Amino acid sequence: MPRYEPWNADRAGEIIARHRHEEGAALPILHELQATFGCVPEAAIPLMAEVLNLSRAELHGTVTFYHDFRKEPPGRRVLKLCRAESCQAMGSDALAARAEQKLGVEMGGTNTDRSVTLEAVYCLGLCHSSPAAMLDKHVYGMLDQDKLDRLIDEAQR
Amino acid sequence: MSVRIYISRDSGALCVGAQEVAMQFFKLAEQKGLDIEIVRTGSRGMYWLEPLVEVARPEGRVGYGPVKPSDVEELIGAGMLDGKAHRLSLGLVEEIPFFKSQTRLTFKHCGIVDPRSLEDYKAHGGYKGLAKAIEIGPEATVEEVVNSGLRGRGGAGFPTGFKWRTVAATPPQQKYIVCNADEGDSGTFADRMIMEGDPFVLIEGMTIAGIAVGASYGYVYIRSEYPDAVEAMEIAVRAARAGGMLGKNIAGSKYDYDMEVRMGAGAYVCGEETSLLESLEGKRGEVRAKPPLPAHVGLFGKPTVINNVLSLASVPIIMIDGAEFYKNFGMGRSRGTMPIQLAGNIKHGGLYETAFGITLRALVDEVGGGTRTGRPVRAVQVGGPLGAYFPRELFDTPFDYEAFTAADGLIGHGGIVVFDDTVDMAKQARFAMEFCAIESCGKCTPCRIGSTRGVELVDKIVAGENREANLVVLEDLCHTMKLGSLCALGGFTPYPVMSALTHFPEDFGAKKKRLEAAE
Repeated sequence: MPRYEPWNADRAGEIIARHRHEEGAALPILHELQATFGCVPEAAIPLMAEVLNLSRAELHGTVTFYHDFRKEPPGRRVLKLCRAESCQAMGSDALAARAEQKLGVEMGGTNTDRSVTLEAVYCLGLCHSSPAAMLDKHVYGMLDQDKLDRLIDEAQR
Repeated sequence: MSVRIYISRDSGALCVGAQEVAMQFFKLAEQKGLDIEIVRTGSRGMYWLEPLVEVARPEGRVGYGPVKPSDVEELIGAGMLDGKAHRLSLGLVEEIPFFKSQTRLTFKHCGIVDPRSLEDYKAHGGYKGLAKAIEIGPEATVEEVVNSGLRGRGGAGFPTGFKWRTVAATPPQQKYIVCNADEGDSGTFADRMIMEGDPFVLIEGMTIAGIAVGASYGYVYIRSEYPDAVEAMEIAVRAARAGGMLGKNIAGSKYDYDMEVRMGAGAYVCGEETSLLESLEGKRGEVRAKPPLPAHVGLFGKPTVINNVLSLASVPIIMIDGAEFYKNFGMGRSRGTMPIQLAGNIKHGGLYETAFGITLRALVDEVGGGTRTGRPVRAVQVGGPLGAYFPRELFDTPFDYEAFTAADGLIGHGGIVVFDDTVDMAKQARFAMEFCAIESCGKCTPCRIGSTRGVELVDKIVAGENREANLVVLEDLCHTMKLGSLCALGGFTPYPVMSALTHFPEDFGAKKKRLEAAE
């Protein structure tokens, strides 16, 4: 079963309409669009702009400001490795290099069979158990090479 | 009678396998026909012992940990359900020195109550703070918070009560309570822990704030990197509303207050209060110039109280036990307790709530037990990515807002990240600039451009390129960023950079180690 729906303007319109009366509706709409389509499709911007009474440029500025919002859907699974100070203190740089090498991608990239998108994250709030990672919405702490390898295998499966 | 056991659902416990351990208990209970009840709590904050399993006994909760799923059968066989000894026994959880030596005020119920149960929260004394606020009224409530000496736990340390008093003094109109739960600092997890472990205390704190200043609506802005905290807060908000503790005539009083959870989108700078307000309004999270203060012109242009999670979560205990009680903890102008977070390369990683005044040495060497790798501690970064690096020579610094300022540092949100002697401090200084460049909102030049120039300068200095001259430029750049930036992102990035350079010059290619005074 595909994880995300293909682009559908009616579906997008429905999401936008559901949130339009909320105060500061832009972020809740963008989050739901991304949860539905895997990204914030370019075609959604004019729809949103019209309903929220914003210019397209203004909305484009908002979407591109936030690291979370994607232009393209990610791979089947998203593996986020923490690169912040606490995890650095426990060797996360070496783990990140290993993950990049094993998956054949740089941070932010998706591997060739599109099974995994690898991303850097700056803190998961698991600094008591560094190094930490997140596979989709599941968290992992006290990572070492073996645990990372198992995580990458699971992600690619 | 069934035996009650407690296993945390805090993400810090889940990340090391607490869910698998709980599933194993369910499975074996069914197979063996054991009469057990599993309660999923928050965490006690002793993360090196997670997954921690606690068994309710007449003498108190007896702990076992860290438990692996493969240990469960053996534990049950050894009689853990009767509190019997095993190699993973920890004895009475509240007698573990790390726990026993704390002063738990804000985190009083964290790890004890079921975070999804309003009834359980009330059974443990929850909502007594709100009852007190309703009884004494808005003005007296504001004064109680002012008198407690509570200062903003997000990092700036501004007196919480003054913010409330300012908003309360504005004419009646739509006002807002905003909780800043955009806990982006590496080395911190206290906000996450309380939201996952005792979300009702935050809701209660925000409700009291609403009554005190005349605000009828609130938002909790939680970072998207915390999906478990978002879920925990949403469940708790719904439960509070269903139980009449949010909405019209809360708890049968004349006051109305409701709130909702909003999720950030991966921008560190949104932890800055004005940037957070912009983000809540659905815009780019660009910092606003102050004045006007958010207390006058805040969310959607309305008077707004914006406080950190820990500040708001400390309000119920202040209302229950009184400003005098709270104020009696601490030192100087730092009153009450601080939930300190021990992180990075540390043996006992976790949350340690204690009165202000404890030294860095006691925290790192005694409470924290030194490094997890077993190597000597070389540096600690206190206060997140914008906090200074401290060498061992400064370990007598007491945990106190003013003492840290005097040592050219900050306590920030109370995170301590420990590094062993393999750390390269030039790399850490470079990272501080790089992080600022990635996360800058772009509004002011010192932060937007200065951070990129800073990365280049550190590279040149380390490469020995025009070293002396570039050191002068770096220092000058840091000075400009510190004084010329609109907010703490650009303004405080010089702290990690300059402290690394000052205390660890040998990592930046200096010929010999700085002479230590008074050796």
